Amino acid sequence: MSSWTPTAPRPAPSNTVGFVAWARANLFATKLDTALTLLAFTLVVYVVEAIFGWAIIDASFTGDDRTACLKEVQGACWPFIEAKFGQFIYGRYPDAERWRVDLVFLSGLIGLIPMLMPNVGFKRANMIYLLGFYPIFAFIMLNGGMLGLAMVDTTDWGGLLVTLVVAITGIVASLPLGILLALGRRSDLPIVRALCIGFIEIFRGVPLITVLFMASVMLPLFLPDGINFDKLVRCLIGVALFSSAYMAEVVRGGLQAIPKGQYEAAAALGLGYWKTTHLIILPQALKLVIPGIVNTFIGLFKDTTLVLIVGLFDLLGIVQLHFTDASWATPETHITGYVFAGAVFWLFCFAMSRYSIFMENHLSTDRTSS
Amino acid sequence: MSDPVIRINKMNKWFGNFHVLRDIDLNVAAGEKTVICGPSGSGKSTLIRCINRLEAHQEGEIEVEGVTLDGSLKNLEEIRSNVGMVFQQFNLFPHMTVLENCTLSPIWVQQKSQAEAETLARELLERVRIPDQADKYPGQLSGGQQQRVAIARALCMNPRIMLFDEPTSALDPEMIKEVLDVMVELANEGMTMLCVTHEMGFARQVADRVIFMDEGEIVEENAPEAFFSNPENERTQLFLSQVLTH
Repeated sequence: MSSWTPTAPRPAPSNTVGFVAWARANLFATKLDTALTLLAFTLVVYVVEAIFGWAIIDASFTGDDRTACLKEVQGACWPFIEAKFGQFIYGRYPDAERWRVDLVFLSGLIGLIPMLMPNVGFKRANMIYLLGFYPIFAFIMLNGGMLGLAMVDTTDWGGLLVTLVVAITGIVASLPLGILLALGRRSDLPIVRALCIGFIEIFRGVPLITVLFMASVMLPLFLPDGINFDKLVRCLIGVALFSSAYMAEVVRGGLQAIPKGQYEAAAALGLGYWKTTHLIILPQALKLVIPGIVNTFIGLFKDTTLVLIVGLFDLLGIVQLHFTDASWATPETHITGYVFAGAVFWLFCFAMSRYSIFMENHLSTDRTSS
Repeated sequence: MSDPVIRINKMNKWFGNFHVLRDIDLNVAAGEKTVICGPSGSGKSTLIRCINRLEAHQEGEIEVEGVTLDGSLKNLEEIRSNVGMVFQQFNLFPHMTVLENCTLSPIWVQQKSQAEAETLARELLERVRIPDQADKYPGQLSGGQQQRVAIARALCMNPRIMLFDEPTSALDPEMIKEVLDVMVELANEGMTMLCVTHEMGFARQVADRVIFMDEGEIVEENAPEAFFSNPENERTQLFLSQVLTH
């Protein structure tokens, strides 16, 4: 009887691996490819040079008013940002009280950073800190009016502070609400299902601006005299409900993708509805829709700029407000301000995007992970 | 023969207007091994799925260990905790390790401590001969290994009855044996088993009784020897000639 030995694998031919082979295959495979590569390369050089020239070479970096930004060839007017930086971050929050905002930012980061790192322990304690203690602490610190802190009316809040308060409240509220709405929409109970469908379809079918207007202008008309919510609070509720309707549909997409066998296996093991949902279905469904969830978060973060129309000044709103300052009126002020606001928004959104990719890889249980 | 642990009396089930199970009468004694076979669409899977109410029947009675399967949630929980089930597609939870799959029910349904549940799970993984895979995810295992995990997971509930729904149909030929070996061992230890399968070798080896179903009815039931060598019904003969001679 002859025995069979598998042939040992050989390395790939050297002209098919490495950078040169990669470039030949992807950049210079044909004449057309070569032409396109060179064209794209020229375009990249041109664009990078233009941005670099505007933002660095021709830009002004120091100065106290508009005279610093009136050169013959003028690039970005960075002193404008420098002079208004405090306003952009805190709005009209009184100078003497800004340490309170800093403290709120800092204490948020202290909880958030370890929360986002999967390998750091104390998740449960951290959760209680972030969702139980922190919102109350942040409210007392920002609003004041007790514990010897001066009251700072929400109409004086502004800039990045308002952007973050609206976005974070929306994000934190929309995920659990969205999950409940998605579960409700798939419920066997007809009344629960009808209510959830109605809620989702109404909020999803209406522009956010309308929701904000309703919250800030129309809601007070329906409330009895003497009862009046703060305008910011009304906006927060509006944004949270609006984004939870979107979130519900994203989560439902994930729920839909879980095979029936998973429900059956859980049932056969004796798990009831809530245990099955919490232990088996949601962990898988949410993992599947991380890109969609983060997409909604990013959309929400950028939509916070719409609070401007009900008279709240978020980061973009306050940047625009300062364009009217005559002492900084230069041809480059607008563009510099918009680039700054855009860069701050981009930074937050890009961070969320990268984090979602990191989590997707971290949670992957395919053959690649161990 | 002792009192039956499963008693099915005049049970009927419809999917919409389709009459999928017709007047099923079936008693299974403690420790009895029953193999159910039949062509696809004959209702054999539906029958065993009715026993732990993954499918609800519409007429007749099903009684498992003296507890009647009606709409009552309390009865249902009691029955499900006594009945383990193994599926054709394994249905392991892909986001949990093998060990977590196995400890899930002991911890969350039977309220055992984590340590206790893990000891039990490792013991059973040993029994299905994959103790070294405990910390892997199901996606990293072969089909045969996954199905053995599924058997261990069901056994972790310490059930008195095990239902198998075509446990080897989704497996490569090389892996069927490793799963059947585990099932034979389980049968020899005295577990009450209901098994939907086309593995006639397994039926001959361990079954006390073979049931043949077609069109939602039990056509014939007999001890394996008699069933294979001397089928009474014409339909059974035709089916057997098709499964056994290829």
